[in-house]
Amino acid sequence: MMRSGMVVGAAALLVGIGALALGLQLSGYDAGLALAALVRGAVGSWYAISSATLVRAVPLILIGLGIAIAFRANALNIGAEGQFYAGAIAAAWIGLHLGGWHPAAAIPAVWAAAAAAGTLWIVLPVWLKRQFGVLEVISTLLLNFVAESLVSWMVQGPLQEASRIYPQSDPIAETARLPLLPGTRLHLGFLLALAAALIIQYVFRRTVWGFELLATGSGPKAAQVSGRINVNRVATFALLWSGLFAGLAGGIEVGGVSYALFQNLSPGYGFSGIAVALLARLEPLGIVLTGVLFGGLEAGGAAMQRDAGVPSVAVYVVEGVVILVVLLAEAVTRQVRTTVALPDAEADPT
Amino acid sequence: MIAAMDLDPLTGFLAASLRVATPLLLAGIGETVTERSGIINLGLEGAMLAGALASAIGASAYGPWAGVASAMAAGALVAAGFAACVVFVRVNQIVAGTAVTLVCIGLTGTIYRRAYGAAGVGLSLPTLTPISVPGLGNLPVVGPVLTQPALTYVAVGLVPLVWWGLYRTRWGLGLRASGEAGPLARAAGVRVRSLRFWATVFGGAMGGLAGATLVLAQVGTFAEKMTAGRGYIAIAIVVLGRWHPGGVALAALLFGAATALQFLFQSLRLTVPYQFFLMLPYLLTLLALAGVVGRVRAPAALAAEE
Repeated sequence: MMRSGMVVGAAALLVGIGALALGLQLSGYDAGLALAALVRGAVGSWYAISSATLVRAVPLILIGLGIAIAFRANALNIGAEGQFYAGAIAAAWIGLHLGGWHPAAAIPAVWAAAAAAGTLWIVLPVWLKRQFGVLEVISTLLLNFVAESLVSWMVQGPLQEASRIYPQSDPIAETARLPLLPGTRLHLGFLLALAAALIIQYVFRRTVWGFELLATGSGPKAAQVSGRINVNRVATFALLWSGLFAGLAGGIEVGGVSYALFQNLSPGYGFSGIAVALLARLEPLGIVLTGVLFGGLEAGGAAMQRDAGVPSVAVYVVEGVVILVVLLAEAVTRQVRTTVALPDAEADPT
Repeated sequence: MIAAMDLDPLTGFLAASLRVATPLLLAGIGETVTERSGIINLGLEGAMLAGALASAIGASAYGPWAGVASAMAAGALVAAGFAACVVFVRVNQIVAGTAVTLVCIGLTGTIYRRAYGAAGVGLSLPTLTPISVPGLGNLPVVGPVLTQPALTYVAVGLVPLVWWGLYRTRWGLGLRASGEAGPLARAAGVRVRSLRFWATVFGGAMGGLAGATLVLAQVGTFAEKMTAGRGYIAIAIVVLGRWHPGGVALAALLFGAATALQFLFQSLRLTVPYQFFLMLPYLLTLLALAGVVGRVRAPAALAAEE
């Protein structure tokens, strides 16, 4: 299952890159030049891999893991972008005030603040869902826009840097910054992302809660009437955890990459993170792979813009096409299987 | 294009409300039809973006109305691709819609940069001029408010038209049946797939038209990611409007008014940071959803992979 998934994924990547090449050629770019820049920027050197691709994979993996928790319970958190910013704001704020702290205390403090802020940012959608039945798809999405405005206010108001000229915060204290792998820009957050993936893999596979998530997501009525699973409670905690991970991702981006808060800190990690999780079929170890893949695409996109004059958003074509191809391949295999197993089912495929 | 600052605050507020509401209403009305058939199209944001770029290209070549036509065609094309995936292959609608929007962001950004360079379309783009409602255009306060681009009147006219189509025609009955219980509707002889496909294409065309409104009637140029989530807001507005054309119109106006409040408050010279006014429409929508949703139900088959 895992292997066939990887074959499909590789094929989808080829189709996606082919679609990008075709689109570039048709709209008059030099597709060869652009793709060469894409590949060079993503995997062309040890520096490209460690300091561009893997660095960008960190927030994607962390957000993707949170999304996997929520989506397994069929709780559709589309607000990871907002939760990411909530975490980033908290990290920048607390990071400014940790000058005298030892890194071993300062770094966890930043992480805790970011995780708490991400969790808080999803509390309102959770409450609206339970109290009034407001769809979390809509409420989490709406809060993304609120978070963007909040960041805009922060960097021009309470958190603006001391000279009051630039719309960004002052850099956080040295002690709150994440250690780097020597010679690269790869920070400690990468190890955290890997560890989190392993832990969540264990939770999904081996714990009662992992089973309850799936039961809640795939058969809420059955899960509820079984009397052993409190469906509302499971979905609530799934959403809170997904907010926590997105917030943590924001804090780690500030602590390991930007060292400051500014607008457009995220190039859409909150949305790409959803794609990362779905492409990996909500499997934590798969999310590490798809996170690195999309991290590579983002890194390659930046190189494409720099070296070939192609706007970096062009890689979204690859991301979108990859998702569509995987979806279509899955649906077709599923239909072939049911048709073979149950010839009668063919009669009414509405 | 209406300079709200030049007018008195109330007129500015009303005109701005209507201006913000127009693209949301167009896209929301289209998405209402789509969702009543049982399909939720998160690719609407992409269709709107594609429509925006197509309207800029069409208008600069053959004038504003060619821009409107190409916008509708582009939006319909995007939605047709999405509908083919979700209606005929039955893939997950939320995921496919997100993917379609990603593709559209990438394609429009790429094509736009090639067609216009980094500087943008600029002022050369022919736009739609506002038209007064005959007999009312010279009235104080109301007159300037009722001098709107033609697409605003199209949006308003669509509301009763779509209501009639949904509730007073055989086609609308079949469509609503598809949205409530696909297999049952099919057993009753409704061509569920075909209805869903065309309902989605219609929604995409309206999304494209919404994009054209942004470019040709409001901003006067295209910019990368210029829809800025309005397609998603339109989907929220459909929920807020309880999947009913009249409700959607009210919800769009509410959102427009909440956005336009900043003009009123600016004229009062309050010292509240402007970002709080930017948040206001989203928070008000959340609040309104809490008040509305408990009493309504989404189409039963919405987003089902049946």
